[in-house]
Amino acid sequence: MPDSVVTLSHGGGGETMRRFIRELFVREFGNPRLDALADSALLDLPTAQVAFSTDSYVIKPLEFPGGDIGKLAVCGTVNDLAVMGARPLCLSVGFILEEGLEFALLERVVQSMAREARAAGVEIVTGDTKVVPRGDCDGLFINTSGIGVRPLGHGLASEPIQDGDALLISGTIGDHGVAVLTAREGLAFSTRIESDCASLAGLVGRVLESSRGVKWMRDPTRGGLAAVLTELVEGRPFGALIRETFVPVREDVAAVCELLGFDPMHLANEGKVVIVADARDADSILTLLREHPLGTRAAVIGRIIAAGAGTVRVETAVGGLRRLQRPAGELLPRIC
Amino acid sequence: MKLVPDFRDANAVRRIASEIARIRLPRPIRLMEVCGGHTAAIYRFGLADLLPREIRLVSGPGCPVCVTANDFVDRAVALAALPKTTIATFGDLIRVPGSTRSLAQARAQGRDVRVFYSSADTLDWARAHPERTVVFLGIGFETTACTLAATLRDAVRDHVTNFKMLSSAKTMPEALRALFSTPGVQVDGLIMPGHVITVAGLDVFSFIPRDFSIPCVVSGFEPTDLMETVLMLCRQIADGRAEMENQYQRVVRPGGNSQARAVIEEVFEPCDTPWRGFGVISRSGLAIRTECREWDAQTIPVEVEPTREHPGCRCGDVLRGLIHPRECPLFGGTCTPETPRGACMVSAEGACAAVHQFAASDHA
Repeated sequence: MPDSVVTLSHGGGGETMRRFIRELFVREFGNPRLDALADSALLDLPTAQVAFSTDSYVIKPLEFPGGDIGKLAVCGTVNDLAVMGARPLCLSVGFILEEGLEFALLERVVQSMAREARAAGVEIVTGDTKVVPRGDCDGLFINTSGIGVRPLGHGLASEPIQDGDALLISGTIGDHGVAVLTAREGLAFSTRIESDCASLAGLVGRVLESSRGVKWMRDPTRGGLAAVLTELVEGRPFGALIRETFVPVREDVAAVCELLGFDPMHLANEGKVVIVADARDADSILTLLREHPLGTRAAVIGRIIAAGAGTVRVETAVGGLRRLQRPAGELLPRIC
Repeated sequence: MKLVPDFRDANAVRRIASEIARIRLPRPIRLMEVCGGHTAAIYRFGLADLLPREIRLVSGPGCPVCVTANDFVDRAVALAALPKTTIATFGDLIRVPGSTRSLAQARAQGRDVRVFYSSADTLDWARAHPERTVVFLGIGFETTACTLAATLRDAVRDHVTNFKMLSSAKTMPEALRALFSTPGVQVDGLIMPGHVITVAGLDVFSFIPRDFSIPCVVSGFEPTDLMETVLMLCRQIADGRAEMENQYQRVVRPGGNSQARAVIEEVFEPCDTPWRGFGVISRSGLAIRTECREWDAQTIPVEVEPTREHPGCRCGDVLRGLIHPRECPLFGGTCTPETPRGACMVSAEGACAAVHQFAASDHA
């Protein structure tokens, strides 16, 4: 492509825009539904419950250790579908580009999306591009929406969550938050901390195929583990008790949190799943998670308890007890 | 990278807890932690639940954001409205509600308010943006004051005149004297601020055990430090002693850090300053010396709105240890970490925020 930066004519509806779409997006995302370039994609869905989700991505910086905004935009929506027990099938993508954005950067992001979509087994079937004048957005924003199908008689157990159920997480927490923060603020530490940004469709699919014990799942993104656990118990007749020492945290992530005063349980993750399961199935689910490359550091981190309904409590590393709440205010803006 | 696991050893903490439980106290006691860092650590590790019921931990005036008076925030908000002006601040201060609005609200209205991790970073930013007047909000006690002073000294040395500092830096000894002279304040022992004393030294606090007969122990910030400090205080109380002891010997030297104090004295001089909840305390503040007045944001002419306290807010009583945060009528209702009405609900080191965020039981 001759131009080195995006200009307003790339979104102007004329020949430049047509070529732009064909030579970048169709080239990278190509599939029969997208290639038609019709006003809508037509989908033949199997008879099942349809899961539908949307998310917008405004992360800063656009590229960070372990990922970029494109990979995040695919994984984020795929994961929202996967944790509902749905098999992700297809995505839409909307780009808002700032005039002056470097083509080389856009191309890297688009290729990264295509790669991640192939890996997650989803097709990007429809899309949109807008270009806004310089200063009207910050480089590049992406929205993705996704459709997945949940088989009738899907893999989630129908029994209610109750006293004694196990709480599991598929790996270390806080990696994404710390990776983005250190990349953005130019904080130099002796180790390179990568985002955990990854598609969970394979991991979750494997667990649901092989176990009947999963009652509830969420991916702990913004607000971290604290946000999903408080959501889990809020207004419910049970609480949650977490053992701090059971929660996997990378040593370097823990050290950065210590220095900057963050609680790893408040930091965003982009490739982790929290599971509530029947206690009798906890060991087998843990084994399934650990057999998968994305779940090698999976752990049982606590349990559902009848006491303290509506609250999450943490047994601290020194044996004390504290409450766990969502982080207040803007902990880290533009983390996803 | 590995940080201090030995000071977080559960067995060591349990061992100290059982020693504390064996001490026969003459009465139920109230121990005050003066430093916001201690408040945060106590709640984060859930230490209160490991102590016998007759030992109650109360927070004092040691959270710099909390004791910063409304008129300081109001002045910062007014300065933010001046042309080509950037307000640079530590993170927590941005959410403190002033008389009518916070700096966060000013930013949402289009003012340039930026969060920095250190005063030195702000000076670098000011050098890179000579077209802007950069006002750094200098708050903190002795520990932070020496870094503020070093930055100010560098700005003066390099003649970076677009860098200004609005100082509300404070010193702790006078505040503690004012606190213990207040009728109704009842404290049986003091957990002394380890990092303040690392700079200030022990001598300036020796009046507390001497004049007020309150046992004092200088404490570190890890769980085993704090538990050991409580143990040492309980022993003093059980023995009927009131002395200044140092638990934090691996860091604190009795004489403090004279070099750091010299930097402070180079650019700051003592002044009378208002503390939230206390009013003006004589010679408890650090004003920028007249030799450096070109860098003093206090000299920038600006109209500041009349100061007003939020009705019902009892931060002042919380900061003096007169009430527990839960006893404030606004606590957890209209005043939460999301929508703070008072400064103590804002800062991670504030007593109200700590109780709201972390307390797992009524005892804590």
